[in-house]
Amino acid sequence: MNIWRAVIEALESLNGNKMRSGLTMLGIVIGVAAVIAMLALGAGAQDTILGSLSGIGTNLLFVFSGGEDESIRNPEPLTIGDAEALQDSFSAPSIEAVAPILQGSSEVSYGGEASTVTLTGVTPAYFPVRNYAVTEGETISEEHILGRASVVLLGVEVADNLFGHRDGLVGETIRVEGQPFRVIGVLEEQGGGMMGSQDNEILIPFSTAQARILRRSPADRVDVIFVQSVDADSVTTTEEEISQILSQRHRTAVGENDFTVFSQQDMVDTASSITGILTTFIGGIAAISLLVGGIGIMNIMLVSVTERTREIGLRKALGARKQDILIQFLTESSLLSLVGGLIGIALGWAIGAVVGVISTNSGTAFEPVVSLSAILLATIFSTVIGLFFGIYPANRAANLVPVEALRYE
Amino acid sequence: MDAPVIITRNLTKVYKMGEMEVHALRGVSLEIKRGEVVAIMGPSGSGKSTLMNTLGCLDQPSGGEYILDGETVADLNDDQLADIRNRKVGFVFQSFNLLARSTALSNVELPLRYSGTTSGRKEKARLALESVGLGDRIDHRPAELSGGQQQRVAIARALVNEPAILMADEPTGNLDSKVGQEIMDLLLNLNKESGTTLIIITHDPKVAAQAQRTIRLHDGQIREEVPA
Repeated sequence: MNIWRAVIEALESLNGNKMRSGLTMLGIVIGVAAVIAMLALGAGAQDTILGSLSGIGTNLLFVFSGGEDESIRNPEPLTIGDAEALQDSFSAPSIEAVAPILQGSSEVSYGGEASTVTLTGVTPAYFPVRNYAVTEGETISEEHILGRASVVLLGVEVADNLFGHRDGLVGETIRVEGQPFRVIGVLEEQGGGMMGSQDNEILIPFSTAQARILRRSPADRVDVIFVQSVDADSVTTTEEEISQILSQRHRTAVGENDFTVFSQQDMVDTASSITGILTTFIGGIAAISLLVGGIGIMNIMLVSVTERTREIGLRKALGARKQDILIQFLTESSLLSLVGGLIGIALGWAIGAVVGVISTNSGTAFEPVVSLSAILLATIFSTVIGLFFGIYPANRAANLVPVEALRYE
Repeated sequence: MDAPVIITRNLTKVYKMGEMEVHALRGVSLEIKRGEVVAIMGPSGSGKSTLMNTLGCLDQPSGGEYILDGETVADLNDDQLADIRNRKVGFVFQSFNLLARSTALSNVELPLRYSGTTSGRKEKARLALESVGLGDRIDHRPAELSGGQQQRVAIARALVNEPAILMADEPTGNLDSKVGQEIMDLLLNLNKESGTTLIIITHDPKVAAQAQRTIRLHDGQIREEVPA
């Protein structure tokens, strides 16, 4: 008996009991839809996170004060001196650029408008390191640093909040913590990121921040040092060089660094492992749903075998061998779950798309990704479930004794 | 003439019902010639159904010898029995036993599918339906056919593989006497034309009277054989 004939016959039989077939499929539909939607959202979330991470810059490392665990007490703060030491191309050949920053929250105002923004004191090196550019005006230069100039670069959100527009702002004067600052440029739009909105930010010269806005003690303290590696392959080497230089300067024992070096790759890994855990978790729930769906199929197939005992007896009387009956019922059960799986894929896709549209409309750019491998996985997995849970009922049908099956009422 | 199509020697069949053993057949020996029309009669519990099941290869005897169309049936496994049923036995049941969802043509085609016939199945099935006078009903489903027509479809299905014997179990039992007689006429006609051996299990003396020979069973044994 060829397989197409078996498929057509199975479809006829499933079609003969539409309500029952539909309800039986539902378990598989829900399970597969959950799997597909979760995989799509997980992949989409990962893409979004990776996108925003790579938007921070390329081949970046971040140096913070404080140890990786709480065993390090009273860490020595990072200083300008630390940042300058890292710039030494002899002891740190794989470091491309170093950008120390001071960062804090600050009140800005223009006319009657006021707003709370993230204020960052930066050096000229900050712009290439962070891939920052201006849409108009200029960036912060060495002269601004030397002169502790009262100049400011605005993020687009700040410009929107204070002025209501984004162009023609160069030359305006705003107040930062009550002190007048001249606007010298507007930053390109960055979009949302891991560290909150990067557009609600103003940049001023490092020396100005140090002297007038974000006073630290000791006075030469810096909050974070951004380090750019010469290329992607040197990130690990760079990490080692930073550790060596700083532990020497801070005179810390091996393994007891009072600072933390964190690379972009570390952040990517952390983000991936979080989305990975989420995907596994939801996948587990989906697997339970598929298991329940499979048991539903088994249950219905057992009912079907009992109902059709006479038919099975007749088929055997007409010369059907065990394997013919086996194939007939396995085809039915796997078609049941395959069709359920296909509907589930479509439904999961739709759910993913809807969630994507909703989150994009609410401000987070998010593109769910249904991969070919997810579709193949779901298709194969649902068919296998049908086969697996169909084996017992089909075997029962195939082993019916024809004489008794024919007599069954 | 040539060898009998059915030879049994001392057939026995024992069923175990819990502790009890039921002897359904107690040594049945018979021969049926090719092309013969034989009726098997007997009260219920006489072993008539068991004999039919055994002769139709639906069940294996507990003891004795059975040769169908030159093949020894004892010791065959389930799949080999299925194969013999498919090639050598056609069944006609009292309650027709058609597949309700399938058309007349698909019903008749079914044995051809199990025999692995690949080409010309539809044509063969159509010819079989024509030979029972249903050439114009091939796309009807059983529910759209009368009882007599359904039994004709069942007969076409039994004949489509050109079996050596046709086993009819109370073929007229679910039909009124007029339609029943039409079915009997059809069976006898087919026997005359194609020479298919016809074995009819029946309660009805009027049906048995149309056979060439009647075998009466009682208590698992042949009581008497009555030639017509």
